[in-house]
Amino acid sequence: MRLTDKQCSIEDAIARIQDGATVMLGGFGVPGTPFALIRALVRHGARDLTVIKNDANEPDMGVDHLLRSGQVARLITTHLGLNGHAIDLMNKGRIKVEFNAQGILAERIRAGGAGIGGFLSDIGIGTELAEGKRMIEFGGKTHVIEPALRADVALLHAARADSFGNLAYAATARNFNPLMAMAADCVIVEAEAVLSLGALDANDIHTPGVFVDHVTELAALSEEYAVVQR
Amino acid sequence: MSNANDRLAARAAREIRPGMVVNLGIGLPTRVVNHLPGDFPVCLHAENGLTGIGPTLPPDRADRNLIDAGGAYVSTIPGSAFFDSATSFAMVRSGRLDLTMLGAFEVAANGDLANWKIPGKFSPGVGGGIELAQKARRVVVLTTHTDRAGNPKLTECCTLPLTARGCVRRIFTDLAVIDVKPDGFHLIETAQGVSVAEIKEATGAPLIVSETPLPSF
Repeated sequence: MRLTDKQCSIEDAIARIQDGATVMLGGFGVPGTPFALIRALVRHGARDLTVIKNDANEPDMGVDHLLRSGQVARLITTHLGLNGHAIDLMNKGRIKVEFNAQGILAERIRAGGAGIGGFLSDIGIGTELAEGKRMIEFGGKTHVIEPALRADVALLHAARADSFGNLAYAATARNFNPLMAMAADCVIVEAEAVLSLGALDANDIHTPGVFVDHVTELAALSEEYAVVQR
Repeated sequence: MSNANDRLAARAAREIRPGMVVNLGIGLPTRVVNHLPGDFPVCLHAENGLTGIGPTLPPDRADRNLIDAGGAYVSTIPGSAFFDSATSFAMVRSGRLDLTMLGAFEVAANGDLANWKIPGKFSPGVGGGIELAQKARRVVVLTTHTDRAGNPKLTECCTLPLTARGCVRRIFTDLAVIDVKPDGFHLIETAQGVSVAEIKEATGAPLIVSETPLPSF
Protein backbone atom coordinates (compact mmCIF):
# COMPACT_ATOMS: atom_id res chain seq x y z
CA MET A 1 0.00 0.00 0.00
CA ARG A 2 1.09 3.56 -0.63
CA LEU A 3 -0.39 6.90 0.42
CA THR A 4 -1.58 9.31 -2.26
CA ASP A 5 0.72 12.10 -3.41
CA LYS A 6 -1.15 15.39 -2.94
CA GLN A 7 1.54 17.79 -4.15
CA CYS A 8 0.48 20.37 -6.68
CA SER A 9 1.40 23.90 -7.73
CA ILE A 10 0.10 26.88 -5.78
CA GLU A 11 -1.69 28.18 -8.88
CA ASP A 12 -3.50 24.88 -9.54
CA ALA A 13 -4.63 24.68 -5.94
CA ILE A 14 -5.81 28.28 -5.69
CA ALA A 15 -7.62 28.07 -9.05
CA ARG A 16 -10.31 26.03 -7.26
CA ILE A 17 -11.47 29.03 -5.24
CA GLN A 18 -14.66 30.57 -6.62
CA ASP A 19 -16.28 33.98 -6.23
CA GLY A 20 -18.33 34.10 -3.04
CA ALA A 21 -16.29 31.39 -1.35
CA THR A 22 -15.73 31.22 2.38
CA VAL A 23 -11.99 30.99 3.01
CA MET A 24 -10.27 30.19 6.30
CA LEU A 25 -6.73 31.55 6.70
CA GLY A 26 -4.40 30.13 9.33
CA GLY A 27 -2.10 32.25 11.45
CA PHE A 28 -1.98 34.49 14.49
CA GLY A 29 0.10 37.48 13.53
CA VAL A 30 2.96 36.41 11.25
CA PRO A 31 3.46 32.85 12.57
CA GLY A 32 1.35 30.37 10.64
CA THR A 33 -0.03 32.86 8.12
CA PRO A 34 0.05 31.39 4.56
CA PHE A 35 1.51 34.48 2.91
CA ALA A 36 2.33 32.80 -0.42
CA LEU A 37 -1.15 31.28 -0.76
CA ILE A 38 -2.72 34.65 0.08
CA ARG A 39 -0.61 36.34 -2.64
CA ALA A 40 -1.74 33.65 -5.08
CA LEU A 41 -5.38 34.27 -4.13
CA VAL A 42 -4.87 37.97 -4.86
CA ARG A 43 -3.45 37.08 -8.30
CA HIS A 44 -6.32 34.64 -8.87
CA GLY A 45 -8.82 37.41 -8.14
CA ALA A 46 -11.81 35.52 -6.66
CA ARG A 47 -14.16 38.17 -5.24
CA ASP A 48 -16.91 38.57 -2.68
CA LEU A 49 -15.03 36.34 -0.27
CA THR A 50 -15.90 35.66 3.33
CA VAL A 51 -12.56 35.40 5.12
CA ILE A 52 -12.18 33.73 8.51
CA LYS A 53 -8.93 34.64 10.24
CA ASN A 54 -7.93 35.41 13.82
CA ASP A 55 -6.53 38.83 12.93
CA ALA A 56 -5.93 40.98 9.85
CA ASN A 57 -2.13 40.89 10.03
CA GLU A 58 -0.57 44.33 9.67
CA PRO A 59 -0.84 46.93 6.87
CA ASP A 60 0.61 45.58 3.58
CA MET A 61 1.01 42.10 4.99
CA GLY A 62 -0.92 38.90 4.48
CA VAL A 63 -4.68 39.28 4.59
CA ASP A 64 -4.29 43.04 4.13
CA HIS A 65 -3.44 42.41 0.44
CA LEU A 66 -6.86 40.75 0.03
CA LEU A 67 -8.54 43.66 1.77
CA ARG A 68 -6.75 46.20 -0.46
CA SER A 69 -7.65 44.31 -3.63
CA GLY A 70 -11.33 44.56 -2.67
CA GLN A 71 -11.84 40.78 -2.72
CA VAL A 72 -13.18 40.51 0.83
CA ALA A 73 -16.85 41.22 1.53
CA ARG A 74 -16.92 39.87 5.05
CA LEU A 75 -14.32 39.15 7.71
CA ILE A 76 -14.96 36.85 10.66
CA THR A 77 -12.22 37.61 13.16
CA THR A 78 -11.28 38.36 16.77
CA HIS A 79 -8.94 41.34 16.67
CA LEU A 80 -7.80 43.96 14.13
CA GLY A 81 -5.65 45.97 16.51
CA LEU A 82 -2.42 45.81 14.48
CA ASN A 83 -4.08 46.77 11.18
CA GLY A 84 -5.48 50.28 11.19
CA HIS A 85 -6.28 49.91 7.48
CA ALA A 86 -8.68 47.04 8.23
CA ILE A 87 -10.34 49.06 11.00
CA ASP A 88 -10.72 51.94 8.55
CA LEU A 89 -12.39 49.71 5.93
CA MET A 90 -14.74 48.42 8.63
CA ASN A 91 -15.59 51.91 9.86
CA LYS A 92 -16.30 53.07 6.29
CA GLY A 93 -18.60 50.08 5.72
CA ARG A 94 -16.41 48.68 2.92
CA ILE A 95 -16.16 45.31 4.65
CA LYS A 96 -18.49 43.67 7.12
CA VAL A 97 -16.70 42.46 10.22
CA GLU A 98 -18.01 39.87 12.64
CA PHE A 99 -16.04 39.82 15.89
CA ASN A 100 -15.84 36.62 17.91
CA ALA A 101 -14.19 36.01 21.24
CA GLN A 102 -10.93 34.34 20.28
CA GLY A 103 -11.50 30.99 21.95
CA ILE A 104 -15.07 30.92 20.69
CA LEU A 105 -13.84 31.39 17.11
CA ALA A 106 -11.33 28.58 17.64
CA GLU A 107 -13.96 26.30 19.13
CA ARG A 108 -16.55 27.08 16.42
CA ILE A 109 -13.95 26.03 13.84
CA ARG A 110 -13.00 22.95 15.88
CA ALA A 111 -16.68 21.99 16.08
CA GLY A 112 -17.07 22.46 12.33
CA GLY A 113 -14.12 20.19 11.80
CA ALA A 114 -15.35 17.62 14.30
CA GLY A 115 -18.73 17.14 12.63
CA ILE A 116 -20.61 18.90 15.43
CA GLY A 117 -23.39 21.40 14.71
CA GLY A 118 -22.40 23.82 17.44
CA PHE A 119 -21.85 24.05 21.17
CA LEU A 120 -23.02 25.82 24.32
CA SER A 121 -20.97 28.45 26.12
CA ASP A 122 -21.51 31.23 28.66
CA ILE A 123 -18.80 33.43 27.15
CA GLY A 124 -19.89 36.98 26.42
CA ILE A 125 -23.25 36.85 28.22
CA GLY A 126 -23.99 40.36 29.42
CA THR A 127 -21.84 41.94 26.70
CA GLU A 128 -22.67 43.07 23.18
CA LEU A 129 -20.93 39.99 21.74
CA ALA A 130 -23.84 37.85 22.92
CA GLU A 131 -26.51 40.21 21.59
CA GLY A 132 -28.80 38.65 19.00
CA LYS A 133 -27.50 35.15 19.67
CA ARG A 134 -29.82 32.30 20.61
CA MET A 135 -29.74 31.46 24.30
CA ILE A 136 -30.76 28.26 25.99
CA GLU A 137 -31.22 27.13 29.60
CA PHE A 138 -29.23 23.95 30.10
CA GLY A 139 -27.90 22.28 33.22
CA GLY A 140 -29.32 25.08 35.33
CA LYS A 141 -27.38 27.79 33.50
CA THR A 142 -27.95 30.17 30.63
CA HIS A 143 -25.83 29.41 27.59
CA VAL A 144 -25.26 30.97 24.19
CA ILE A 145 -25.67 28.59 21.27
CA GLU A 146 -22.49 28.94 19.21
CA PRO A 147 -22.86 27.53 15.70
CA ALA A 148 -20.02 25.52 14.18
CA LEU A 149 -18.03 27.19 11.40
CA ARG A 150 -16.93 25.54 8.17
CA ALA A 151 -15.42 26.95 5.01
CA ASP A 152 -15.19 26.06 1.34
CA VAL A 153 -11.42 26.38 1.46
CA ALA A 154 -8.74 26.60 4.14
CA LEU A 155 -5.32 28.06 3.31
CA LEU A 156 -2.71 26.96 5.83
CA HIS A 157 0.99 27.20 6.55
CA ALA A 158 3.05 24.33 7.95
CA ALA A 159 6.73 24.09 8.72
CA ARG A 160 6.97 20.56 7.39
CA ALA A 161 4.68 18.29 5.41
CA ASP A 162 4.96 15.01 3.59
CA SER A 163 3.51 14.26 0.19
CA PHE A 164 0.32 12.82 1.75
CA GLY A 165 -0.30 16.11 3.58
CA ASN A 166 0.67 15.08 7.09
CA LEU A 167 1.68 18.34 8.76
CA ALA A 168 3.91 19.65 11.51
CA TYR A 169 3.88 23.27 12.66
CA ALA A 170 6.66 25.30 14.28
CA ALA A 171 6.29 26.93 17.72
CA THR A 172 3.39 29.40 17.92
CA ALA A 173 2.73 29.02 14.17
CA ARG A 174 0.33 26.21 15.10
CA ASN A 175 -2.50 28.46 16.44
CA PHE A 176 -5.58 28.11 14.16
CA ASN A 177 -3.93 25.94 11.48
CA PRO A 178 -4.77 22.45 12.83
CA LEU A 179 -8.35 23.52 13.59
CA MET A 180 -8.95 24.99 10.15
CA ALA A 181 -7.36 21.91 8.57
CA MET A 182 -10.37 19.95 9.84
CA ALA A 183 -13.06 22.48 8.98
CA ALA A 184 -12.96 23.11 5.22
CA ASP A 185 -14.13 21.18 2.16
CA CYS A 186 -10.82 21.84 0.45
CA VAL A 187 -7.64 22.23 2.49
CA ILE A 188 -4.62 23.75 0.74
CA VAL A 189 -1.29 23.80 2.58
CA GLU A 190 1.95 25.60 1.85
CA ALA A 191 4.88 24.03 3.64
CA GLU A 192 8.45 25.19 4.10
CA ALA A 193 9.55 21.65 3.30
CA VAL A 194 7.60 18.80 1.71
CA LEU A 195 9.30 15.55 2.64
CA SER A 196 8.97 12.11 1.19
CA LEU A 197 6.62 9.65 2.89
CA GLY A 198 8.10 8.39 6.13
CA ALA A 199 10.49 11.29 6.58
CA LEU A 200 8.04 12.95 8.97
CA ASP A 201 7.90 10.71 12.03
CA ALA A 202 4.34 9.56 12.79
CA ASN A 203 4.84 10.71 16.40
CA ASP A 204 5.57 14.27 15.28
CA ILE A 205 2.52 14.86 13.08
CA HIS A 206 0.15 17.60 14.31
CA THR A 207 -2.40 17.34 11.48
CA PRO A 208 -3.03 13.94 9.86
CA GLY A 209 -2.93 14.10 6.08
CA VAL A 210 -6.48 12.75 5.80
CA PHE A 211 -7.69 16.31 6.39
CA VAL A 212 -5.48 17.80 3.66
CA ASP A 213 -6.29 17.98 -0.06
CA HIS A 214 -3.34 19.80 -1.60
CA VAL A 215 0.18 20.47 -0.44
CA THR A 216 2.75 22.69 -2.06
CA GLU A 217 6.36 23.38 -1.15
CA LEU A 218 7.51 26.98 -0.86
CA ALA A 219 10.59 27.55 -3.01
CA ALA A 220 11.69 30.39 -0.75
CA LEU A 221 10.28 32.40 2.10
CA SER A 222 9.43 35.99 1.19
CA GLU A 223 10.15 38.91 3.52
CA GLU A 224 6.63 38.65 4.92
CA TYR A 225 7.62 35.54 6.84
CA ALA A 226 10.55 37.24 8.52
CA VAL A 227 10.78 38.82 11.95
CA VAL A 228 8.77 42.04 11.85
CA GLN A 229 10.90 45.13 12.54
CA ARG A 230 8.71 47.53 14.49
CA MET B 1 4.93 58.87 34.82
CA SER B 2 7.03 56.04 33.51
CA ASN B 3 8.59 55.65 36.97
CA ALA B 4 5.13 55.50 38.49
CA ASN B 5 4.13 52.82 36.00
CA ASP B 6 7.24 50.82 36.80
CA ARG B 7 6.42 51.04 40.50
CA LEU B 8 2.88 49.85 39.87
CA ALA B 9 4.19 46.96 37.77
CA ALA B 10 6.62 46.05 40.56
CA ARG B 11 3.79 46.17 43.10
CA ALA B 12 1.52 44.07 40.84
CA ALA B 13 4.29 41.48 40.48
CA ARG B 14 3.86 40.71 44.18
CA GLU B 15 0.34 39.52 43.31
CA ILE B 16 1.88 36.51 41.55
CA ARG B 17 2.37 33.56 43.91
CA PRO B 18 4.76 30.68 43.31
CA GLY B 19 3.24 27.93 41.17
CA MET B 20 0.57 30.06 39.52
CA VAL B 21 -0.48 29.87 35.86
CA VAL B 22 -0.76 33.50 34.76
CA ASN B 23 -1.81 35.40 31.65
CA LEU B 24 -0.48 38.95 31.28
CA GLY B 25 -2.51 41.17 28.95
CA ILE B 26 -1.08 43.63 26.45
CA GLY B 27 0.24 46.97 27.74
CA LEU B 28 1.14 47.62 31.36
CA PRO B 29 0.63 43.97 32.44
CA THR B 30 3.46 42.75 30.20
CA ARG B 31 5.86 44.95 32.21
CA VAL B 32 5.17 42.91 35.33
CA VAL B 33 7.41 40.14 34.10
CA ASN B 34 10.42 42.47 34.43
CA HIS B 35 9.83 42.54 38.18
CA LEU B 36 9.80 38.78 38.78
CA PRO B 37 13.04 37.15 39.97
CA GLY B 38 14.65 35.11 37.17
CA ASP B 39 14.12 31.81 38.98
CA PHE B 40 10.58 32.56 40.19
CA PRO B 41 8.36 29.46 39.78
CA VAL B 42 5.48 30.63 37.55
CA CYS B 43 3.94 29.44 34.27
CA LEU B 44 3.07 32.32 31.96
CA HIS B 45 0.37 31.58 29.35
CA ALA B 46 0.07 33.25 25.94
CA GLU B 47 -3.30 32.70 24.33
CA ASN B 48 -1.79 32.22 20.88
CA GLY B 49 -0.51 28.83 22.06
CA LEU B 50 2.37 28.90 24.52
CA THR B 51 2.84 28.05 28.19
CA GLY B 52 6.21 28.80 29.74
CA ILE B 53 6.94 32.19 28.15
CA GLY B 54 10.62 33.08 28.32
CA PRO B 55 12.28 36.49 28.03
CA THR B 56 11.52 38.83 25.14
CA LEU B 57 14.19 38.78 22.43
CA PRO B 58 15.57 41.58 20.23
CA PRO B 59 14.85 41.24 16.47
CA ASP B 60 18.31 39.88 15.64
CA ARG B 61 17.88 36.97 18.05
CA ALA B 62 14.12 36.43 17.53
CA ASP B 63 12.50 33.25 16.20
CA ARG B 64 10.03 34.31 13.47
CA ASN B 65 7.60 31.60 14.65
CA LEU B 66 7.68 32.45 18.33
CA ILE B 67 5.56 35.36 19.55
CA ASP B 68 3.26 36.10 22.46
CA ALA B 69 -0.35 37.19 21.99
CA GLY B 70 0.71 40.83 21.73
CA GLY B 71 3.09 40.05 18.87
CA ALA B 72 6.28 40.46 20.91
CA TYR B 73 9.10 38.05 20.06
CA VAL B 74 9.57 35.85 23.10
CA SER B 75 11.53 32.73 23.93
CA THR B 76 10.88 29.38 25.56
CA ILE B 77 12.17 28.08 28.88
CA PRO B 78 12.78 24.46 29.90
CA GLY B 79 9.31 22.85 29.99
CA SER B 80 7.56 25.25 27.60
CA ALA B 81 4.71 23.84 25.48
CA PHE B 82 3.09 24.85 22.18
CA PHE B 83 -0.55 24.10 21.38
CA ASP B 84 -3.39 25.19 19.11
CA SER B 85 -5.87 27.98 19.82
CA ALA B 86 -8.73 25.67 20.88
CA THR B 87 -6.49 24.00 23.47
CA SER B 88 -5.29 27.41 24.62
CA PHE B 89 -8.81 28.58 25.37
CA ALA B 90 -9.79 25.22 26.84
CA MET B 91 -7.19 26.14 29.49
CA VAL B 92 -8.79 29.55 29.94
CA ARG B 93 -12.46 28.56 30.01
CA SER B 94 -11.96 25.53 32.26
CA GLY B 95 -10.32 27.64 34.96
CA ARG B 96 -6.65 26.63 34.60
CA LEU B 97 -5.51 30.25 34.82
CA ASP B 98 -4.96 31.25 38.44
CA LEU B 99 -4.59 34.89 37.56
CA THR B 100 -4.88 37.29 34.67
CA MET B 101 -3.69 40.88 34.63
CA LEU B 102 -5.53 43.09 32.18
CA GLY B 103 -5.56 46.70 31.07
CA ALA B 104 -8.72 48.79 31.30
CA PHE B 105 -10.58 51.74 29.81
CA GLU B 106 -13.03 51.66 32.71
CA VAL B 107 -13.51 49.60 35.86
CA ALA B 108 -16.77 50.01 37.77
CA ALA B 109 -17.26 49.80 41.53
CA ASN B 110 -19.14 46.50 41.00
CA GLY B 111 -16.14 44.96 39.18
CA ASP B 112 -17.45 45.43 35.64
CA LEU B 113 -14.61 45.80 33.14
CA ALA B 114 -14.56 47.66 29.81
CA ASN B 115 -11.30 47.34 27.92
CA TRP B 116 -11.95 46.59 24.27
CA LYS B 117 -14.06 49.17 22.50
CA ILE B 118 -14.56 52.92 22.43
CA PRO B 119 -17.48 53.26 19.99
CA GLY B 120 -16.69 55.46 17.02
CA LYS B 121 -13.05 55.86 18.06
CA PHE B 122 -11.36 52.56 18.70
CA SER B 123 -12.84 49.17 17.94
CA PRO B 124 -10.07 46.66 17.29
CA GLY B 125 -12.06 43.67 18.54
CA VAL B 126 -11.91 41.80 21.78
CA GLY B 127 -9.39 39.06 21.00
CA GLY B 128 -9.11 36.75 23.98
CA GLY B 129 -10.09 39.42 26.50
CA ILE B 130 -13.65 38.31 27.24
CA GLU B 131 -12.64 34.75 28.06
CA LEU B 132 -9.70 35.86 30.20
CA ALA B 133 -11.84 38.35 32.12
CA GLN B 134 -14.72 35.94 32.56
CA LYS B 135 -12.84 32.73 33.38
CA ALA B 136 -9.48 33.36 35.05
CA ARG B 137 -9.77 32.51 38.74
CA ARG B 138 -8.60 35.97 39.70
CA VAL B 139 -8.75 39.06 37.52
CA VAL B 140 -6.74 42.13 38.40
CA VAL B 141 -6.39 45.33 36.41
CA LEU B 142 -3.28 47.42 35.82
CA THR B 143 -4.07 50.91 34.60
CA THR B 144 -3.30 54.54 34.96
CA HIS B 145 -5.72 55.99 37.51
CA THR B 146 -7.07 58.52 35.00
CA ASP B 147 -7.15 58.69 31.19
CA ARG B 148 -5.02 61.08 29.14
CA ALA B 149 -7.62 63.82 29.55
CA GLY B 150 -7.54 63.35 33.32
CA ASN B 151 -10.93 61.63 33.58
CA PRO B 152 -11.29 58.85 36.17
CA LYS B 153 -11.04 55.29 34.83
CA LEU B 154 -12.48 53.93 38.08
CA THR B 155 -16.16 54.79 37.94
CA GLU B 156 -19.60 54.11 39.43
CA CYS B 157 -20.57 52.16 36.33
CA CYS B 158 -19.03 51.53 32.91
CA THR B 159 -20.26 53.65 30.03
CA LEU B 160 -18.28 51.72 27.39
CA PRO B 161 -19.20 48.25 26.04
CA LEU B 162 -18.36 45.67 28.67
CA THR B 163 -15.70 42.99 28.45
CA ALA B 164 -17.17 41.06 31.39
CA ARG B 165 -19.43 41.76 34.33
CA GLY B 166 -18.28 41.83 37.93
CA CYS B 167 -14.92 40.20 37.16
CA VAL B 168 -12.30 42.56 38.62
CA ARG B 169 -11.04 41.87 42.15
CA ARG B 170 -8.12 44.29 42.50
CA ILE B 171 -6.85 47.35 40.65
CA PHE B 172 -3.24 48.53 40.54
CA THR B 173 -2.78 52.12 39.39
CA ASP B 174 -0.03 54.70 39.43
CA LEU B 175 -1.70 56.18 42.52
CA ALA B 176 -3.10 53.29 44.52
CA VAL B 177 -4.02 49.66 45.02
CA ILE B 178 -7.78 49.28 45.28
CA ASP B 179 -9.83 46.18 46.02
CA VAL B 180 -13.27 45.68 44.53
CA LYS B 181 -15.65 44.29 47.15
CA PRO B 182 -19.43 43.87 47.25
CA ASP B 183 -19.80 47.35 48.75
CA GLY B 184 -17.46 49.05 46.26
CA PHE B 185 -13.88 50.28 45.97
CA HIS B 186 -11.63 49.85 49.01
CA LEU B 187 -8.34 51.72 49.11
CA ILE B 188 -5.69 49.34 50.47
CA GLU B 189 -2.37 50.96 49.49
CA THR B 190 -1.18 54.33 48.26
CA ALA B 191 1.70 55.14 45.95
CA GLN B 192 4.59 56.86 47.67
CA GLY B 193 3.98 60.57 48.00
CA VAL B 194 0.30 60.39 47.01
CA SER B 195 -2.35 61.44 49.52
CA VAL B 196 -5.69 59.76 50.12
CA ALA B 197 -7.38 63.02 49.15
CA GLU B 198 -5.62 63.01 45.76
CA ILE B 199 -6.73 59.43 45.15
CA LYS B 200 -10.33 60.24 46.09
CA GLU B 201 -10.24 63.23 43.76
CA ALA B 202 -9.04 61.06 40.85
CA THR B 203 -11.59 58.28 41.46
CA GLY B 204 -15.04 58.48 39.89
CA ALA B 205 -16.83 56.51 42.60
CA PRO B 206 -16.88 56.47 46.40
CA LEU B 207 -13.71 55.09 47.93
CA ILE B 208 -13.86 53.25 51.22
CA VAL B 209 -10.78 54.00 53.34
CA SER B 210 -10.01 52.26 56.63
CA GLU B 211 -8.99 54.33 59.64
CA THR B 212 -5.73 52.45 60.13
CA PRO B 213 -2.72 53.85 58.26
CA LEU B 214 -2.29 52.38 54.76
CA PRO B 215 0.94 50.89 53.46
CA SER B 216 2.49 52.58 50.46
CA PHE B 217 4.36 51.10 47.48
